[in-house]
Amino acid sequence: MEDLVYRHQGLKRAAGAKALAIVGVVASGNLEVMAERQLPDSECLIEIRTAAVGFGDVWQAVVADFVERSSPGGVKFSINDGGARPDVVSLRLAQALRLMEG
Amino acid sequence: MMTKWKEGRERRDDLIRRGAGVANGKVVESRNATALLEAVVKPGDRVCLEGDNQKQADLLARSLLAVDIAKVNNLHMVQSGVVLPEHLDLFERGVAKKLDYAYSGPQSARIASMLFGGKIELGAVHTYLELFARYFIDLTPNIALVAAVSADRDGNLYTGPNTEDTPTVVEATAFKDGIVIAQVNEVLDQVPRVDIPGDRVHFVVKADKPFFVEPLFTRDPAEITEAQILTAMLAIKGIYAPYGVRRLNHGIGFSTAAIELLLPTYGEKLGLKGRIATHFALNPHPALIPAIESGWVSQIHCFGSEVGMDDYIRARPDIYFTGADGSLRSNRALSQTAGLYACDMFIGSTLQIDLQGNSSTVTTSRIAGFGGAPNMGSDARGRRHPSAPWLQAGREADPDGSALLRRGRKLVVQIGETFGEKNVPQFVERLDALALAEKLKLDLAPVMIYGDDVTHIVTEEGIANLLLCRTANEREHAIRGVAGYTDVGRGRDKKMVEQLRERGVIRRPVDLGIDPLEVNRSMLAARSIKDLVHWSGGLYAPPSKFRNW
Repeated sequence: MEDLVYRHQGLKRAAGAKALAIVGVVASGNLEVMAERQLPDSECLIEIRTAAVGFGDVWQAVVADFVERSSPGGVKFSINDGGARPDVVSLRLAQALRLMEG
Repeated sequence: MMTKWKEGRERRDDLIRRGAGVANGKVVESRNATALLEAVVKPGDRVCLEGDNQKQADLLARSLLAVDIAKVNNLHMVQSGVVLPEHLDLFERGVAKKLDYAYSGPQSARIASMLFGGKIELGAVHTYLELFARYFIDLTPNIALVAAVSADRDGNLYTGPNTEDTPTVVEATAFKDGIVIAQVNEVLDQVPRVDIPGDRVHFVVKADKPFFVEPLFTRDPAEITEAQILTAMLAIKGIYAPYGVRRLNHGIGFSTAAIELLLPTYGEKLGLKGRIATHFALNPHPALIPAIESGWVSQIHCFGSEVGMDDYIRARPDIYFTGADGSLRSNRALSQTAGLYACDMFIGSTLQIDLQGNSSTVTTSRIAGFGGAPNMGSDARGRRHPSAPWLQAGREADPDGSALLRRGRKLVVQIGETFGEKNVPQFVERLDALALAEKLKLDLAPVMIYGDDVTHIVTEEGIANLLLCRTANEREHAIRGVAGYTDVGRGRDKKMVEQLRERGVIRRPVDLGIDPLEVNRSMLAARSIKDLVHWSGGLYAPPSKFRNW
C-alpha cells in the first residue's frame, strides 16, 4: 500500500451544492472516489490510498490535469485504489465532480 | 519445331487420370486422401491449402502433412491464412519450403520463431486482396485444397455461410489448368445450393468430421470496460455524427463492439438513427444484433460468417446476403473490395501507433500478418464516386484546393485505450515492426496502416483529427495530445496541445459535451452474451465457450 496526498490552491469553486458523492468500487483495476465539500472554495485536496506502489509520478500528472481542466475548488477527494489505470482514474474523478453538481 | 500451347492442360489431364486411381468418380474416401495428394502434387508445386480467416481445410492439411516426402516436397504454399499447427508442421517436415500469406493470428508466435530460424523461406506478407490479386498474375496455384460443407457426385460444392475465399482460390486454380480438391462434410445427391460449379472441382474427399471454424468475431459485452465505452461515445459523437458516416467497416476490438452496442441507446438519444451506420462491409458480429433489431441497419455484406449466427441470418434476409437455400453467402474478395471502394470509414484497433500515426500489430516475437485491415484502412486512390463524408474529409485535408479537382478522403480511424492489454502503452516512439524488419532483413517493415492514411485517432483522452494538421510537428502533437499518460503522451508540449485543442484538431470528452455519468455499462444495449440471445429472439446460438448459464 502507498499513501499519496496532493493539495492545490487558487481554484474556482466547484459547481453545485451537493456535500458528498461516492463513485466506483474498490476492485482490481478499479477505484472508489469519495468527494466531500469541506474545504475553502479555492482549495482542493486529493488523498490516495493505492494498492499499486511506485506510481507517484503518474498520479501527480493525472491529478494535476484533473485540477487544471475542471477546477474542483472546495472539494476533498479520498481515493481508495485497486490498481486502476490512469484513464479509469480520470474518468472516476470526473464522475465524482459531476455528481457534486447534483 | 512446333511450339506447344497446351502443356498445362495435358499435364492437368494426366494428373487427373493418376488421381482417378484412388477415386470413385470424383469421390475419394478420407483414408485415401494422402495417396491422392501423392498422385497429383509434384515437388515445388504452388499449393493453396485453404487457410481462410475462419474455415480450415483441416483434413487436407493433415493428409498433406502425411505424404511421402520423397514424392512431395519443397512446396510453395500460397494461402491467405496460416492458422493450424499443421500449416507450419509442413515446413518442419520439408513438405513445404516457401510461403506467401496474409494472416497468421493463432500461429503468430511460432511463425516468427520459424522465420528467425530460417525454417521458412518467406515470399511476402500480403493483405487478402493483394494475395488474391497475385493468384491471377504470378502466384497462381497448381493445386487448391479447399473446404466445403457438402458436394454432389459431379463435384458441385455447397460452401455454406463460410464461403470466404473459396470462389477466388478455385477461380485462379481451375481456369489455369490446376487441380482443385475439396474436403466436404458430406456427399449428397443434391447440394442445397451451388457455390462452386462441379466442372471446377476435380476431386471430393469425404471428411470424417466437419471442417474447423473459429469464432473470431464474437466479443462478450460483459468484458467491455467504461474506458472503451468512453472511446465509443467519442467516436459516435465526434466522428460518426459530424461526418454522417453511413457506409463503413468495423474492426473486431472491444471499442467497436461498444459502438455497436451504443447505437440503439446513446445513438438513439443523439437522434442519429438512419443518419449513421446503415450499410456495412462486416462479418456477422453478434454485437450488432441489438442495432439490427432496433432498425438501425439497412444491409450487411460479409467476408465470412460467424459461429452461432446462421439461424439469425436466415431469419433476416433483408439485412444479409443469402442464397436460394436461405443461408448466408459470404465472399472475402468481394467484401474486401466493398470495404475498400464503397465504404466511407474504417474504424479499428491496433497494438502500436508511432508519432507519425503509423500503426502495427507486430511485436518482436509475434507476426500476425495483415489480413484485411490495410485494405479497409486505406484511402482508395482509384475511388471516383463522391459521398458527403468523403468530400468533407477531403475538404478538411485541403481547404484551399479546387472543389472540383480535390480528392475526397476515406475516414480511417484508430480507436483504443492509451494503455492496452497488460498495461502495455499503445503509443510508442518507434514501432517494434522496424526492429523486426531489421532482424529479418526485410525490405519493408510490416506496417498495418500507414500514418498518411490515418485520419483520426480516438482514445479515452479525446479525438485527434489528423486531417486538420498542417505540419509534421502538429501531427506529432495531435497524437501526443491524446496519448494520455504513456511516455509519448507525457512528452507533449502542453501549450501546443492546447492550441491544437482551440483549433478543434484535438477534442476532449468535455468539448463534445459527453457527460461522465453516462459513461456507464448500463448504456450498453446488451451487457452479456445472454442479452444478445434475448435480442435475437433466441435465434443466435453462441458457441459453448461464450455460454456461462
